[in-house]
Amino acid sequence: MGNKQTIFTSQQLDAYQDCTYFTRKEILRRFHRYRDLAPQLVPLDYKNQPEVRLPYELIGSMPELKDNPFRQRIAEVFSEDGEGNMTLDDFLDMFSVLSEMAPRDLKAFYAFKIYDFNNDDFICKSDLEKTLNKLTRNELTEDEVRMVCEKVIDEADLDNDGRLSLEDFQNMIVRAPDFLSTFHIRI
Amino acid sequence: MPRHKLIASESDVSIEVDEGKDNEFSLYYVEVEENSKGGQDKQATRDGKRRRERNGEVSRRRASEKRSTEMGNKRAEKKHEKHHKTTRKEGEKHRKRPRRSADEQEAENESSKEKKNIKNERTKTIKLEDEQEKDVKKKRKKHVKNEEDDANPGKTKQKDCQEVALKEKKKKRKKPETTSESESQSESNSESESKDNPAVGVLGSLTPEELEKLKEAVDERKKLITTLKGKPWPMKKKLVILRESQEFVEKYEGALGKGKGRKLYAYKVLMMKKWMKFQRDLENFKTACIPWEMKIKEIESHFGSSVASYFIFLRWMYGINMILFGLTFGLVMVPEALMGKPYGSMPRKTVPRVEEASAMNFAVLWDFGGYAKYSVLFYGYYNNQRAIGWLKFRMPLSYFLVGVGTVAYSYMVVIRTMARNANEEGGGDDTSFNFSWKTFTSWDYLIGNPETADNKFASITTSFKEAIVEEQESRKDDNIHLTRFLRVLANFLVLCCLAGSGYLIYFVVRRSQKFALEGLENYGWWERNEVNMVMSLLGMFCPMLFDVISTLENYHPRIALQWQLGRIFALFLGNLYTFIIALMDAIQLKRAEEEIVKKNMTIWQANLYNGTVPDNSTALPITVHPADVPRGPCWETMVGQEFVRLIISDTMTTYITLLIGDFFRAVLVRFLNNCWCWDLEYGFPSYSEFDVSGNVLGLIFNQGMIWMGAFYAPCLPALNLLRLHVSMYLQCWAVMCCNVPQERVFKASGSSNFYMAMLLVILFLSTLPAIYTIVSIPPSFDCGPFSGKNRMFDVIQETLETDFPAWIGKVFSYASNPGLVLSFLLLLVLAIYYLQSTSKTYKRVNMELKKKLQTQNEENKKKNKLAALKAANELEQAKKAGEQRRNSASDLGVNEESSSIDEAGHRRQPGQNGRFIHPSQSHHTQNSEPPVSSTHTTTRPPASRGHTASGHLPGHPQKNAHSNRR
Repeated sequence: MGNKQTIFTSQQLDAYQDCTYFTRKEILRRFHRYRDLAPQLVPLDYKNQPEVRLPYELIGSMPELKDNPFRQRIAEVFSEDGEGNMTLDDFLDMFSVLSEMAPRDLKAFYAFKIYDFNNDDFICKSDLEKTLNKLTRNELTEDEVRMVCEKVIDEADLDNDGRLSLEDFQNMIVRAPDFLSTFHIRI
Repeated sequence: MPRHKLIASESDVSIEVDEGKDNEFSLYYVEVEENSKGGQDKQATRDGKRRRERNGEVSRRRASEKRSTEMGNKRAEKKHEKHHKTTRKEGEKHRKRPRRSADEQEAENESSKEKKNIKNERTKTIKLEDEQEKDVKKKRKKHVKNEEDDANPGKTKQKDCQEVALKEKKKKRKKPETTSESESQSESNSESESKDNPAVGVLGSLTPEELEKLKEAVDERKKLITTLKGKPWPMKKKLVILRESQEFVEKYEGALGKGKGRKLYAYKVLMMKKWMKFQRDLENFKTACIPWEMKIKEIESHFGSSVASYFIFLRWMYGINMILFGLTFGLVMVPEALMGKPYGSMPRKTVPRVEEASAMNFAVLWDFGGYAKYSVLFYGYYNNQRAIGWLKFRMPLSYFLVGVGTVAYSYMVVIRTMARNANEEGGGDDTSFNFSWKTFTSWDYLIGNPETADNKFASITTSFKEAIVEEQESRKDDNIHLTRFLRVLANFLVLCCLAGSGYLIYFVVRRSQKFALEGLENYGWWERNEVNMVMSLLGMFCPMLFDVISTLENYHPRIALQWQLGRIFALFLGNLYTFIIALMDAIQLKRAEEEIVKKNMTIWQANLYNGTVPDNSTALPITVHPADVPRGPCWETMVGQEFVRLIISDTMTTYITLLIGDFFRAVLVRFLNNCWCWDLEYGFPSYSEFDVSGNVLGLIFNQGMIWMGAFYAPCLPALNLLRLHVSMYLQCWAVMCCNVPQERVFKASGSSNFYMAMLLVILFLSTLPAIYTIVSIPPSFDCGPFSGKNRMFDVIQETLETDFPAWIGKVFSYASNPGLVLSFLLLLVLAIYYLQSTSKTYKRVNMELKKKLQTQNEENKKKNKLAALKAANELEQAKKAGEQRRNSASDLGVNEESSSIDEAGHRRQPGQNGRFIHPSQSHHTQNSEPPVSSTHTTTRPPASRGHTASGHLPGHPQKNAHSNRR
């Protein structure tokens, strides 16, 4: 194996491998992707863990994310400051969760966070409306949106509090046939 | 916010980290404090509380720093645990009181430093101190009793430990104050740490049970490390935990075990580490070996998962063909080329005299005639010599076994993949979450291309609209008779197409036989390649025709896709089987020819002996150049050749279609668009879409031909490998450069097993003719590895008889007697039946359970809803009752009451910004409520609804008070 990389120490790489679903090579590749977003900001030496944070505008402009209607939410959920500005750690974390290797439960947890727009740990009607409007680019009428929201809550809300808790969401999403195949980003 | 978050996460860290320690130490550490210093501590607690109230948080922090010094000998070394906990508690509090975060973070840092020191000391001094141990034990027992934990402290398993730890955590909620206070009282502390040393040796004094527990803790940590990546924590926290766990493991792993056991344990740990590293490297290597990953990812991000699924399938196919190629190349072609008799040594390895002149022509070689025909590429070249070369390589046996092995391997792989897919897909067919799934899983996160994204948005919108319409059940089935008629018509047309294509192929094959009988040399290129070309053209144009026809029937796209696939499948299958039947005819012809040649052969030999060597017949055998020897037609080579030609022409048509249909079309559209009278890009020709289903089917049928022909042309897997390799690059390029994303974007999931099932069917159908020819047609007499045998599989018997001891042959002959074979078959059938029925039962039980769950869920929902409705009703009634009272009261009162009602209304709806609510408005709300409940209100005493009406009922006294005041 080529040990020529000088970006990380081998301990760092091992730690990253323990904390993500990536292999060495993939971690390095993601680092380079990260660096390509802002070569002038990101140093080529991460051995002493510099505090670098890329603004959301850069993260959101990645080709993998730029057409995703939920890109802002994704960045917000995975960023440490909650505003979409990401460190390398956040970046790796994001793509680790969204990789194919990540288990269903982990993905479901983060999907819940992504769809929970107002961060209140419940998906309520306003969150659903936002999701729908983003999904359809506001092409559904208000009545339709309301109806779909009601249907969703009717279907998935098990404890009848009018909003979806994490358990409700997980219960619903683990049975979805397409969730695993669609909730991942290959980078 | 960020800062707060960070701290919260670190506090979580300490919880996690603590778990392990709690298991070992906190059990008695806490106890030590509570019992030995109980009084003092309690005192301290009280003091601390008071003090804290007095001085606020800052003093508390200072206190916690100071505290460590005051501890007694024993306690000092445990102090850090406490500290740790203290900090954790503090951390937990942080969530509620973020403003204190800065102060306490410092405290945390300090405590962690201390912790490290102490840890080091502890590991260094491994001393036995019996007294202390006893003490500790006693206290722990007490403690356990105190906790009313019935678990035996010696055997406490992880769970129990955790429970205890949890309880202690709860207990310790109040403790920070305790500890901090006790510390604050003492200011002189520097010596205490040095005194701690003897007490630190607790680790050394651990009993085997405790060691066991420590081991468990270490294992727990290890488990944590391996499962860390699955934890939903931010990376920073994960890194911290990882580091701490690793430190913990490093530290205590070495301390575990004594004497012999210790060494062994250390060794085991070392090997474990090495093994882990090796595994990781292997994993890295494996992923590095997956070819075309980046290409596929790029396509995936541009076109979504369905197009990428084709390329993944292609790659999978490539892998299988790689194995097939390895088998045939390594075990058949190379040994024959290296160790077999060289070219020109015998008739079957020589180009006959008649063909010699043109044997090197490109046209001949392109058709795999001439020198190509008499080479290792085809069946006929192989000799029937039992063992070749210095290795005594059993060539015929190897040939036969490889032929069987490739098919067996393919079956195995396909079935295994199918089973795996079936597992993954299991149970996604209930529609109870229709809308939820649509909302939360319909976006394909892979999409990274604006056009695809547009299409996806559109398709999601339409799917929602469809679902809404379906839900409302007002779906206008406009003219169901027309759709039905159109569907029947479409199927009729498709059937006509299929029949027509079948007949065309049959006709062409018959014609080609006629040509062949008359000698191909008299005809041009088209006549020679008619069959292949017709087949390829049909394969190219019929799917387009089907596509046009399928627009008639107005199916849902997913269903339409399956119909389309089924039709193309039928077409290809029909074509393939017509081809095979024609080939069978050809084989019969060749065999008839062979009989004639055989007869001629004897005459020729007799002539040879009579004519050329009349005198010394006893001397040397006659040497005739092998090219001059007459030979049979060798139908096996003919079959192999046909298949190779078919593959070549198929490949060519695919590539040419790609080039013309995709590339040139795209070029024309792009560059003629500037000078054309209508918009080419969005108008008629436009750019082509990538046809996933057609391409997958093409791939599947191609593979079927490989399986069929590989026995007679060992070069086929190699050719196919080449083809797949080229088409990987070519199609990747074509897709990226000249295709547009599909308008109707599908998800690929669910169809993968559909493709696999088709592959399996094709595999089965393609092995049928191969098996038939192997089993029932005798091999040619003068070519191939089985020449001279009655049947090809006789080679097995021959090997058994000559290469193995006699008893194996005997066993085999017994085993192959019909009685045994039949009973074995019966057993197999029984086993299959049994397994199938059990799986059916499981499925049914599964379904029933699912149904039960669903109904239960629904019942629960209903119950909940009813309860909620009831509560709401009651609330409303209470409200109304209150209002009614108020109203009646206001009716009694005169004008001034209006203001008081305003007051009441305002109180009732504090969220409303309108300060004054008109009486008419309140009346209106009352009117809008159902009349039934209003009658209820009159009958029910409002007093009983005290809890709900509390906000409204006081309207009376207040009003009175108001009026009084007025």
